[in-house]
Amino acid sequence: MNLFENHILSTLIFLPLMGILFLWVVPQRYSQLLKWTAFLISLLTTVIGFYLFFSFQSDASMQFLELYPWIPSYNISFFVGVDGISLLLVLLTVVLQPLIILYSSPKTQSLKAFYCLFLLLETGMLGVFLSLDIVLFYVFWEVVLIPMYFIIGLWGGAHRIYATVKFLLYTVFGSFLMLAALMAVVMIHHEATGIYTTNILHLYGTFFGTLESWLFLGFVLAFFIKVPVFPFHTWLPDAHVQAPTEGSVILAGVLLKLGVYGLVRFAIPLFPFATKGFLPLLVVLGLIGVLYGAFVAWAQKDLKKLVAYSSVSHMGYCIIGLFALNVLGVTGSIVQLVSHGLATAGLFFVVGMIYERANTKEISKLGGLAASCPRLLFFFLILTLASIGLPLTSGFVGEFLSLLGAFQEFAQPVLAHSVIARDAIAARGDLSFTIFDIFIFLLGVFGVFGVILGAVYMLGMFQKVMFGKPKFENMKDLGFKECAVLIPLVLFILLIGIYPNIITSKTNPSVDYFVKHFSNYKIPTAITISGEQRSSASLRAEHSEAWQSKQEALP
Amino acid sequence: MKEIALYIIILCPLVGCVLQLLVGAKLPKVWSGGFACCAILLSFLGSAYLFMSFEQGFSLAWLPWFQVGELQTALSFRIDELSLIMMLVVSGISFLIHVYSLGYMKEDPLYSRYFAYLNLFVCAMLILVTADNLLLMFVGWEGVGLCSYLLIGFWFEDEFKAFCGKKAFIVNRIGDAGFLLAIFLSFSLFGSLSFDVLSSKAAALSAELNFGILSLLTLCLFLGAMGKSAQFPLYVWLPDAMAGPTSVSALIHAATMVTAGVYMICRLHFFYDLTPIIQKVVVIIGAFTALLSALMALTQRDIKKVLAYSTVSQLGYMFVGAGLAAYGTAMFHLTTHAFFKALLFLGSGSVIHAMHGEQDIFKMGGLKNVMPLTYLTFFVGSCALAGIPPFAGFFSKDSILAYAFEASPYLWGVLGVTAVLTSFYIFRTFYLTFHGSLRNKNAHESDNSMVLPLVLLAVGSLVIGFIGLPQNFAHLFHASNLFEKFLAPSKHLTLSQGLEWGIMFLSVLGALLSAYVAYVFYVRGTSVLETMSARMSFFYKLSYNKFYVDEAYDALFIRPLKKTADFLWRIIDVVFIDGIVNGVAWFGRQSFLFLSLFQSGKVGNYAFVMFVGALIVIILLAHFR
Repeated sequence: MNLFENHILSTLIFLPLMGILFLWVVPQRYSQLLKWTAFLISLLTTVIGFYLFFSFQSDASMQFLELYPWIPSYNISFFVGVDGISLLLVLLTVVLQPLIILYSSPKTQSLKAFYCLFLLLETGMLGVFLSLDIVLFYVFWEVVLIPMYFIIGLWGGAHRIYATVKFLLYTVFGSFLMLAALMAVVMIHHEATGIYTTNILHLYGTFFGTLESWLFLGFVLAFFIKVPVFPFHTWLPDAHVQAPTEGSVILAGVLLKLGVYGLVRFAIPLFPFATKGFLPLLVVLGLIGVLYGAFVAWAQKDLKKLVAYSSVSHMGYCIIGLFALNVLGVTGSIVQLVSHGLATAGLFFVVGMIYERANTKEISKLGGLAASCPRLLFFFLILTLASIGLPLTSGFVGEFLSLLGAFQEFAQPVLAHSVIARDAIAARGDLSFTIFDIFIFLLGVFGVFGVILGAVYMLGMFQKVMFGKPKFENMKDLGFKECAVLIPLVLFILLIGIYPNIITSKTNPSVDYFVKHFSNYKIPTAITISGEQRSSASLRAEHSEAWQSKQEALP
Repeated sequence: MKEIALYIIILCPLVGCVLQLLVGAKLPKVWSGGFACCAILLSFLGSAYLFMSFEQGFSLAWLPWFQVGELQTALSFRIDELSLIMMLVVSGISFLIHVYSLGYMKEDPLYSRYFAYLNLFVCAMLILVTADNLLLMFVGWEGVGLCSYLLIGFWFEDEFKAFCGKKAFIVNRIGDAGFLLAIFLSFSLFGSLSFDVLSSKAAALSAELNFGILSLLTLCLFLGAMGKSAQFPLYVWLPDAMAGPTSVSALIHAATMVTAGVYMICRLHFFYDLTPIIQKVVVIIGAFTALLSALMALTQRDIKKVLAYSTVSQLGYMFVGAGLAAYGTAMFHLTTHAFFKALLFLGSGSVIHAMHGEQDIFKMGGLKNVMPLTYLTFFVGSCALAGIPPFAGFFSKDSILAYAFEASPYLWGVLGVTAVLTSFYIFRTFYLTFHGSLRNKNAHESDNSMVLPLVLLAVGSLVIGFIGLPQNFAHLFHASNLFEKFLAPSKHLTLSQGLEWGIMFLSVLGALLSAYVAYVFYVRGTSVLETMSARMSFFYKLSYNKFYVDEAYDALFIRPLKKTADFLWRIIDVVFIDGIVNGVAWFGRQSFLFLSLFQSGKVGNYAFVMFVGALIVIILLAHFR
């Protein structure tokens, strides 16, 4: 047991990869055996994931650390660990993976390759969430790309080639910028300290001087493309529409989360000053994403495209909450990640199930499904409500906390302004608003405007698809397998919605730590004036103190 | 013990709902319906127990709930005078309507699903009225909205009904967005969401706070109330909500859910008390809505539409009461209205049932003898709505009128005119439905399970008014206003007794007169009616078409927004952003193609290019030496 405990993370990461070897020996023609082998392997990762969740201590430290030298000359190592934030995303991944394999029907050609790619994908995703070495992270980041490329390209719809090329070029463009920035980070750290390291915990607090903004943008662009944030989102609808259902689920469920996670783990902690500097731009982009995604989703005629654009809108909340950089906002952002992963994955499953029956995804051709499919109605309704963000679903917790955190942060100057002295109010005696009141309030209004729009396009879609005169005779209701896929999703959505503490108790310490150490930097005047080298030494000393506790925890 | 009672009150409907969803469809109808009724009965008994054993208000925290950073909110409930009244009204009326539904929905294939939704509604409504913090209140707030959505579109095979459900949800969501903003604001200002903390901090900080920000907060709260309680300009969903089963209209869209806005103002009165300007807004919106919707009700042909506009109008009265800080009176009107409006709706449901789905009052008539009990109870309800003594509506409405007169005679004028109109349109409906010649020979009295709630509600509409005697009556009979005594209102009427009698006399006279006019028009049948409607056909059309408000919203908001959505997608997304992306890709491809020209593979070409290059180098070297 001790051996397992000490290697739990590497077991988790490489189990799916090992699983590929098992699949390799199963002959192609035993399609059921292939499926259930793949399912069993991914179910095993789920079990390990839950074991990890329950044995995780609710504190801020990185836990289950494993460190093995990999390229010693540059101190690049296989360094993995988990904190409250990555824990949830790992859990999301291992919950979705078996459901996807369970859902997949052994219909397609080259089934073996299909399952092998999904297992490889799982290794990549878990690797991204667990890596604490910046080069290791980059390797896993790219590993994720390859299976997704093939999944869309081989099993996709009619225009899959255009979609895959677009997906690949967008993402590769971002990740090469990140690679350049990443190398610069390592080199600058080496120049300042004389030590090569790619260990992210050591790299935190490095002083980059005037380069910081450029490096930050390199990282942020890569992550924003992945999220995706307006205006880098146009690969998403194409990829979703062309991808097979299983691909859409994993894309929306986990792959989009990599971007936000990258911001949390790398971009913001490495470049706190640049984060502060670009904050207004980033938040406004998030806000535009919320509204723009909602509006464009409203205009869609295709069910899958609608859900894809709704993702753009929902991920906007993550961005807004994250860049509030306070406990509420960051927690909201993370809960929203999980919630969006569950709800949108479920919605894509449902779209796939409807497509199997009606053979169309066009909203105007569907209608009246509720009459013959009460079970579909039930699951689809809960998923839709979670997507709208109704209280007691996880969607509400995410949206509410994100917006509350953002409001608290960005309205603070105005609220402070509004608390005026007792005698001043007597002197003023009027009820007028200041221009700032109105401006910030409008930002809040726009945020909640997204909440209204969410109801408009989701319920509009729901009404057209489910209600009205039945357009299909004898539509089959959901079967046992399909219910088995959707029940866990709905259960988690309700569980998180009703009792959010169940996950926030795990994230709270990590988020506290994150907020305390990365958002409270006072921007030193030295930087704003010139990026003098003189101040860099003192700054570094100051910051490394903050990180000492973390570094002491290293094995 | 009190804790257990609270558990029972809130969880029984929830358990009922889950049971119905899981196994209800397989059970015989008697069982599934019976279970649903029992769940609500238990809730009612629990509420009654709490009411009987009530000494003073208290809060109960069940569980920690949201614990993130500074947001520390518990799943906590509050039992005090206000919530007890609401609990009794909600669970009591709900129980009667559940019983009524046993008969009303008898033929429906989705019987158990109907009861599941109805149980869920009661649960959400009880959470709303017992919540001890804004967040939990919001949970109930959206929960009742969801149930309303599901129940309006209950017969979803009709596209229009499904559309009405969606419309209700979205218009409500606009109000809810206001509520959400108010939550954000109050958390940012006061650092908590619990009512106790908010009220004490608001009072303490009011001197230091900019009025603007506090007014903004209160206005946002009021926006939420306007959405849920169907006040102008967000009332448009309620008339369409009549697409649902009539029992649902009675419960959700007349007696309970739509009054949540009034309850919310009373619950959060400390914010309103600090912002007189918003109180004025509440009064003006309330009075305007009352008058506007009474005008719309005058000409409607659909019996449920008449009652719907009447509900909007009566809610306007309650808002006037709440805006004038006469919270006790507003709550009193809420209570009496719950009785008589539920009665009227259930009566209309009984009529519609008897008429086999016909809702047009001009196609009814003569039902007096066929359905005597429905007739009698509907008469009681009409009198109560018209404000004729000694029915319940008289006491509560006149109390609001008296407060209005105290505040401003003009306000009283508006509400008085509305009262006269109210009496006219409800008696118009009454006469057209029950008097005249019998037009449908197949009509019959409804089942016992439907008539029994009608009788109980009629008795309620008769006696409930006496618990809230106005001051002059109280003085006369040496009794006291039990209701206000229990609720301990913050405000007392300062009018002289003579004035109070005078106002009362005027409004009763107006109501009786217009009831008589309705009698003359629709029973005696004079030619005055035709000449009038011919002369004023413009106004008639305006009223019948609801002042074209729906059309205006469509042209002003919905279509432009939809156009924006299309523009953003087709132009910005597809043409602009993707144009740039594809343009870059095209440019890349073209430049590769161009460069590939140099790789022709012909040795002669390479030799030529090498020669030219060498020549250029030599020339350059020679030149710069």
